[in-house]
Amino acid sequence: MKEINLTIDDQALSVSQDTTILQAAEKLGIKIPRLCYHPDLSIEGACRICIVEVDGSRNFVPSCATPVREGMRVRTNSPEIRQARRDLIELILDNHPRECQICERDGNCELQNLAYAMGVRDRLFEGKRKRHEIEKSSLAVIRDAEKCILCRRCVRVCAEVQGVTNLSQLYRGVETVVAPAYEQGMADSVCIACGQCINVCPVAAFLENNSTDRVWAALADPSKHVVAQIAPSIRAAIGEGFGLAPGTPMTGQTVTALHRLGFEAVFDTNFGADLTIVEEANELIKRLEKNDRLPLLTSCSSGWIKFMEHFYPEMIPFASTCRSPMSMLSVLLKTYYAEKTGRNAKDIFVVAIMPCTAKKFEAERSEHCSADGYPYTDAVLTTREFIWMIKSYGINFTMLPEGEFDAPLGFSTGAADLFGTTGGVMEAALRTAAEKLTGKPLTELNFDQVREVKGLKEASIEIAGRTLNVAVANGLNNAKTILERVKKGEKTYHLIELMACPGGCIAGGGQPYPPDNHYVLDPEIARLRAKALYRIDEAKAIRVAHRNPFIEKLYQDYLEQPGSHRAHELLHTTYTPREPRGIK
Amino acid sequence: MSAESNQHLDSETIAFMDACLQKEHPKSYLIAVLHKIQQRYGYLSQAHMDQVAQHMQIPTSIISGVSTFYHFFRLQPRGKFSISICLGTACFVKGADKVLDAFRTELGIELGETTPDGLFSLESSRCLGVCALAPVVTINDKIYSKVTAKQVPELLNSVKAAAID
Ligand code: SF4
Ligand code: SF4
Ligand code: SF4
Ligand code: FES
Repeated sequence: MKEINLTIDDQALSVSQDTTILQAAEKLGIKIPRLCYHPDLSIEGACRICIVEVDGSRNFVPSCATPVREGMRVRTNSPEIRQARRDLIELILDNHPRECQICERDGNCELQNLAYAMGVRDRLFEGKRKRHEIEKSSLAVIRDAEKCILCRRCVRVCAEVQGVTNLSQLYRGVETVVAPAYEQGMADSVCIACGQCINVCPVAAFLENNSTDRVWAALADPSKHVVAQIAPSIRAAIGEGFGLAPGTPMTGQTVTALHRLGFEAVFDTNFGADLTIVEEANELIKRLEKNDRLPLLTSCSSGWIKFMEHFYPEMIPFASTCRSPMSMLSVLLKTYYAEKTGRNAKDIFVVAIMPCTAKKFEAERSEHCSADGYPYTDAVLTTREFIWMIKSYGINFTMLPEGEFDAPLGFSTGAADLFGTTGGVMEAALRTAAEKLTGKPLTELNFDQVREVKGLKEASIEIAGRTLNVAVANGLNNAKTILERVKKGEKTYHLIELMACPGGCIAGGGQPYPPDNHYVLDPEIARLRAKALYRIDEAKAIRVAHRNPFIEKLYQDYLEQPGSHRAHELLHTTYTPREPRGIK
Repeated sequence: MSAESNQHLDSETIAFMDACLQKEHPKSYLIAVLHKIQQRYGYLSQAHMDQVAQHMQIPTSIISGVSTFYHFFRLQPRGKFSISICLGTACFVKGADKVLDAFRTELGIELGETTPDGLFSLESSRCLGVCALAPVVTINDKIYSKVTAKQVPELLNSVKAAAID
């Protein structure tokens, strides 16, 4: 591609011709202020905060939307530009609530940070501003349009990454609002509850439906036996909430923090993940034997499952019937664990710490409630909510000693840790399936073909004299691509791993907002978090799910064998087509 | 008309959508399709927009965005009494804006909307060519001339009373 020469703030550089001014400036270490811009989404050019001066142009130009030209001379700072940017921010603030101190995003709000950085020190305007009710119909994602600054990042992530296109800009002028079709509630829309709109929103206009009050109340209730489980990806991300670099594993400290908060026992969702693999590999082998309903589609991502129900109900027969690891473990806590410890299931309060907002939706599904109506998982907290609870309690997280999970539902193999990243469920399943099919232990446990943090991966893997075609998709636009290939019969696949969030649970809709030197949904953060999980796996003595000794014992004591009637009753689930029907 | 809105789009509209789908950029005909439905049914119901979404494979959020952006799309059926206020230059100069305001406060609705009881709807028109009578308001087919803001409550009452008889 052609190289273009230009100068930015008197520094010369050459860049390829498809570069924008904003990107070129970044190469020089100049970060032009921006708001609506996101490097992995289409260019909106809505906020104009990124304006710069270009020699020969009468007006300021938006640097995110302007490609470089040969000989261009750009100035990113002058008193006039600074004033213009400040004016733009002030205009936004005039139409924005004054409630930073009581706002969920206080301290990590892009608008707040930008206002401060641009030198806004007064809020002069005291006039009329837009008014909207907070929309709380969804168990997962709430929408506070009063705080929305119309950058449309959520609209773009929902359409361009998730292929859901639930959100759009409705009405016009002062009435403009970003909402689902007909301004209906999120619960009545095609929203799949993934929470990526929360992640990309620069302000608090999208948030998880907060469950911390219910958890505090349970912890203070002496009649409740409150226990926790933590998802694989939490340990790799939670440190960021306390200033640690992405990918700093903090498993033991997380366990200790939970005990200090008053949880009586702390279990590992990883145990559920090992169990999922044993059941899912069994399902795969059975289907392979009979050449029945292939490819098998994984079922641990609640966002993907809801997407399938709205968009691909015809694929429901192909999905694994395994509950997610969270729900498997919760079921065991209210049956097996309750029986073993002589407790009434109703007195056990299960809190799941998840990277995910869709898990809040999953927890309340009737399929994951007992016959007499109580939920197996009582509350789901996102990583963000959990970080807040730790801070709110005055716990100095990074100084905590490392605690241990409670046995036996806290013991897991390395395979389970991989669940937190794209490709991880696939790798864990392949390890177990290969050993079961060949009857021999694997010599090489790593399946590098499926490891990269990338939206779509395919591989052909030789196991016991047969070739398994597998695919891994994350970000539901990629799921669409692969499912369309399946439907058209372009290729025979045997196993497909699907995760709603781009990069998998490590980049889930409930994970911490990014640290300063990263942008939101930066694949680099996902890579660092994934690396931490691979390191944890490598360090474990047992790395294949079915060799988890406590899982073996669980089958002997309680579940008979993989795929047994009892296992089906407790560990498997069903799916239903959902309205409104999504548009592929 | 409103009962019809819960039903399926008529075969003519479906045929029109099918014809659009044969063209080069089918989705760019969305506005034309919505116009067609409004002509046929008087407004765009959610049920009809849902059908357009499925038939043309366009997400409802996008259809909703388009239908709320353009003022000429009605999202509610017209009321039993359709009130139209002329906002042409002559009427405007003679205070049509104040008359409009009076209707808005009295009825609690904006232009393009219908009262919850389905009785009144409010819209504006361009010059009707009877400027000597400005400001002009029409209610269904009846023309009211030289209307003032003050007369609005009385006018509404008389229309209502007539409706009850
Ligand atoms: S969204 Fe940001 S600017 Fe708005 S109230 Fe919250 S913290 Fe303050
Ligand atoms: S939660 Fe996901 S599907 Fe729902 S609106 Fe947000 S981005 Fe779209
Ligand atoms: S909700 Fe957030 S991301 Fe969406 S347009 Fe508003 S400010 Fe932007
Ligand atoms: S960041 Fe460039 S216009 Fe918003």
